[in-house]
Order: sequence, then structure tokens, then C-alpha cells
Amino acid sequence: MKRLTKAIILTLLKIIVVFYTVFPFYWAIVSSFKTGSALFSVDFFPPIDLTNYRDLLTNGNFLRNILNSAIVAVSVVTLSLIFAITSAYALGKLKFRGRGVVLAAILGASMFPQIVVLSGLFGTIRWLGLYNSLGSLVLSYMIFSLPFTVWVMTSFIRQIPAELEDAARMDGCSTWAMIWQIYFPLLAPALASTGLLAFIASWNEFLFALTFTLSDTVRTVPVGLALISGSSRFELPFGTIMAASVIVTVPLILLVLIFQRRIVSGLTAGAVK
Amino acid sequence: MADLSLTNVRKAFGALTVLHGIDLTIEDGELVVFVGPSGCGKSTLLRAIAGLEEISGGDIRIGGDIVNHVAPADRQIAMVFQSYALYPHMDVYRNMAFGLKFAKIPKDEIDRRVRKAASILKLDAVLDRKPGALSGGQRQRVAIGRAIVRQPKIFLFDEPLSNLDAALRVNTRIEIAKLHRELGATMIYVTHDQVEAMTLADKIVVLNGGRVEQVGTPLDLYHAPANLFVAGFIGSPAMNLIQARVISLGNGALRLSVGEQQVNIPYSGPAIAAGAPITIGIRPEHWIPGEGQSMKIEGTVDLVEHLGETSIIYMRLADGQMLTVRYPGDIFCKAGDRFVAEAPVAAVHLFNDAGQAMLGRRSSPAYGILGHEFRAR
Repeated sequence: MKRLTKAIILTLLKIIVVFYTVFPFYWAIVSSFKTGSALFSVDFFPPIDLTNYRDLLTNGNFLRNILNSAIVAVSVVTLSLIFAITSAYALGKLKFRGRGVVLAAILGASMFPQIVVLSGLFGTIRWLGLYNSLGSLVLSYMIFSLPFTVWVMTSFIRQIPAELEDAARMDGCSTWAMIWQIYFPLLAPALASTGLLAFIASWNEFLFALTFTLSDTVRTVPVGLALISGSSRFELPFGTIMAASVIVTVPLILLVLIFQRRIVSGLTAGAVK
Repeated sequence: MADLSLTNVRKAFGALTVLHGIDLTIEDGELVVFVGPSGCGKSTLLRAIAGLEEISGGDIRIGGDIVNHVAPADRQIAMVFQSYALYPHMDVYRNMAFGLKFAKIPKDEIDRRVRKAASILKLDAVLDRKPGALSGGQRQRVAIGRAIVRQPKIFLFDEPLSNLDAALRVNTRIEIAKLHRELGATMIYVTHDQVEAMTLADKIVVLNGGRVEQVGTPLDLYHAPANLFVAGFIGSPAMNLIQARVISLGNGALRLSVGEQQVNIPYSGPAIAAGAPITIGIRPEHWIPGEGQSMKIEGTVDLVEHLGETSIIYMRLADGQMLTVRYPGDIFCKAGDRFVAEAPVAAVHLFNDAGQAMLGRRSSPAYGILGHEFRAR
């Protein structure tokens, strides 16, 4: 009896959690199939109508925005991982004065809210001549992707036994070859998980993207999506916005599903052991 | 050729000095074992020879050339690590070939060497496996294979057997000895296990606290330890070290007091003042009555252990000192019995106040198997 109640409560809780997390996305999918006033009627299983998707993909800069997002996110991930693995080697394996300070500074840099660094960063980007280019976004996204990737990589690289490096040294391996031929393959699971998280963060970022870009052709998807407007200023095209949201979310869901197991093992292994 | 010589090699980590001026010569083709308690600097010395630790002073010469600042890979040395340190993401073949690639050796030559090493070490069947899929013994052999293919002048082994179980350890020990015979290469082997040291070594280097205590063949160290440390370290059960005082010296004999008891030991060294402290050393297995003059000490049996082939008696002297006596076969006595241990004076070692073996006792004689035959070498 007691066991039965426990099972029922547990199942109920599960249903609530799933509903809470999945329903908004389901509602977005459902809404993306509706147009006009149908949007305001409650209909859980409307007929599949791809008008909104067709509009979105044929008009305007939406595809361009997706491409921009992809370019930025992939660049951020690639650069972050290259910097992270090399700095993690230095911070995790080499002994030098001020190592702890550097690690603390990296962590500290990630503590400022975006809005605090926004104006200063804006000046820097203007000064570098990167305003209204994808480069400005790659540069600014590294501010939050690097501390995280460096920290996770450092804790991972510390677990790799020192004798492995000694053996590679005896084999005539240079430091550069060691990083790429020994550490890189061994860190692959950690790279997959941190890379994915950096990708998601860059893909979803809004504030910097809104501030540092101006023209439609350099906008990324979150900004493009927010600026979708209807035929008149009194109309908010919910259907199109929902269709765009679904298109933007799907790649992330696919990526997470593919790397799911690695994310979990990667993050816990880095933190606990 | 590939002889190695160390002159006044020192190593300090900040304020902590780990090696205090090591002088050592290793001949071509020798198998030398560094042995000592943990923290004695034996691994640091090996890593310094390998080039993994920069030395703080002195010179390391390989084949006559100073290699103090030569990179590890260019010293023509190969090392087998305690944890094997195989590359987990590479299969056995690539593990062995990895270093050769950097040495710019042609592909077919690499292939030839790897396959030859694999056949020597019976690894042919597992060349395409990753280290994770190998047994401990196989991993150990891959680590040795990785050293062989480099065709080094000197092999370094850092406690290579400590991760293996007892049975495999004996086998691998024999394999390493065989390998040394076949390759004829110079090998340096670090261990804290004195059985490994005694069985493998042409020459043993006993290290303690970053200093060389004694260098010699295994039997030299057993029969003529230069100081108290070596006396206590080599041999199992450990040598009995009995605190005594000089009563008098005369007629070629030293009269010593052990508690209330007195013993006479022939002595021909320099004069010693009456009252000077002296340590008498006798190995547990040498308490066997033999011909000629013997030394007797009386005590009470504390415990007897019957091991079948030997019996070990732990006895307590009147002044509280403990003695270990090892008898071949069975002995019939029990706790509380009075017991007189008797050893031939030829088996007695004497150490002075500073712990050094006393002159005139430096080379003790060799013994017949059960101690009934004592003759000078």
C-alpha cells in the first residue's frame, strides 16, 4: 500500500516536471502551424500547416541569420577549445608562480553580468573596428565561453597521470605534439561536453548580438527572431515567430541528444574525481 | 660504449635537497639496481639520468659525453614506468611505434622493429588492441616493448613490477633478467623490494636520504655491509643489531658487554677506548653453532614461529633487547624458556658509534649453506 502511494506520487511528480518543461515547446510547435485568428483559439492538435515555415524561409534574412549564428557558434566553440586546451595544459600541468591567481582571475572574469561589461565592451569593439560584424560576436562570446571551458579542461587535464607526459617526453614528443597527440584525444569526452555547452550559449545569446550588430545581414537568429514584425505595427506575427523558434531549437535538441551521454559523464568526471 | 658515470650529481627542489652529490659508475652491459626505502631519492636519480629532472649540480656522462642538458629523447635511453604510462587511445602497435615516428625512422624499419619486439614479448596477437583491453602483465610487456624498439644504450626501469600480482611478479622478474642477457644492454632498475634487487642485480646501489650508502654485488652487501643502514636494509628477516659497550681490547680480541653478559670477539683493527658504544650485527640465519670460536648470548624465548623449513625464535635479553634467531627445520622450545643463541664469531659484524663497519671486519667470510662450513674467501 505504502509502496503504491509512493509510486503514484512519484509518477505524478514526473508528469508535472515533463509537462512544465516540454509543454511550452509543444505549444510553440502547435502555434507554428496556425495563422491569423486561429492562434487565439485553444486547439491542442491543429492540422499541420507549414505556411509559417514557408514564409519564414522564403522571405527576409532568416536563413542568413541562421547561417550567421552557425558561423559565430562554430567559431566560438573552435577557438574556445583551442585556447582552453592549451591554457589548461599550462594551468594544469606546468608549475609557475601565480598559477592560482590566473585561475581565480579567469573565474572572476566570468562573474560579471553581461550588462556590466556591455558599454565597455562596446567601446572596445568600436575601437577594434569590429562593430556590426560577426567578429564582434565571436570576440564577446569568448568572454563567457572561455572561463568555463578553461576551468573544466584544467580539472580534466590534472587527472591525466604525469607519467604519461614523461613517457611522451622520452619518446621525443614536443610540447605541441604532446598537447595535440596525447592530451587532445584523451580529453575528447570533456571537449564534446564543454564544446556543446559553449555552442548552446553562443547560439542563444541575445544582448551582445543586439548591441554589436546593426544590419539585418549580420544579425544572429535570436535577434532576427525578436525583430520579426507583422504587416502592420499593430500585428505581432505569433505564428511566424513560433515557427522560427522551433527551427532554432531543433538543432540544439539534436546536438544534445547526440552528445547526451558524454555531457553527463564529462561534467561529473571533471568535477568530482 | 654505453657506460654511465655520475659525478657529484645533486638535485634540490627549492630548499629541499633530494640528492646530495651522487658519484657512481655503471659499466656497459651491467644490470644495476637502485634500492632504498621510499623517499631515498632513487626515483629522482633515475629521472635525472633519464633527463626528466634537470639536475642542480654535477655531471651525467653517457658513453663519455656529458648529457646534463640533452633532451630525454636524445640521450639514447628508454624508460619503463611504474604505471606503464601507455597511451590509452593508441593500440599496442602505435604505442610502440609512437617514439620511432618522432625519431624520423622509415616506416618499414619501424614496422620491422615493432614486430620483432612483439614476437620477443609474445604480443603478436594483441598488436591491434588498446591498453584498456590488456591484462596487467601484457601492459607491462607493451611498456617494455616500447623501450626495446628504441634500441637504447641504457634501459631504465622504475619499479616496473610493483603493480603486478605476486606470481606474475616472479615471472616478469625472470623475463627481465632473460631480456638483459639477450640484449646485453645496460639496465638500471629501481625498486624498494630487496628480493628483486638481490635476484636481478649485477651491482646494487643502496641509497638512503639522497646519499649512496654502499655499492657492490648482492653478496658483497649481504656479507660485508659497510654501515648499519645497509646491514639493516639488506636481508630478511633483518639483521640483529645488538647494543654493546667495549670493556677492553687485548690479545687480538675485543671484550664487549651486552647488558650483564660478556662476549669476546677477535679483532685486529685500530684501538678502541674502553666504554665506547659498539653495535654487534648478526643475521638471524647465522645463529648456528659451528666449528671454531663462537659467541653466545642468553635470553628468554618470547615467541616461536614454525614455518616448516625454518623456525624463527624471538628472544628477549635481560636488558630488554630483542633478538631474532632463525633455525633450519624444527626447534623445540616454547615461550618463557631460557635460550642460548650461539653464532660463530666469523659471522659477527661490528659497527662503531658512527654506524660504520669497523676495520678488520669489512670482508666477512662466505658461509656454507647451513653454516657448518666457514671458510675465508
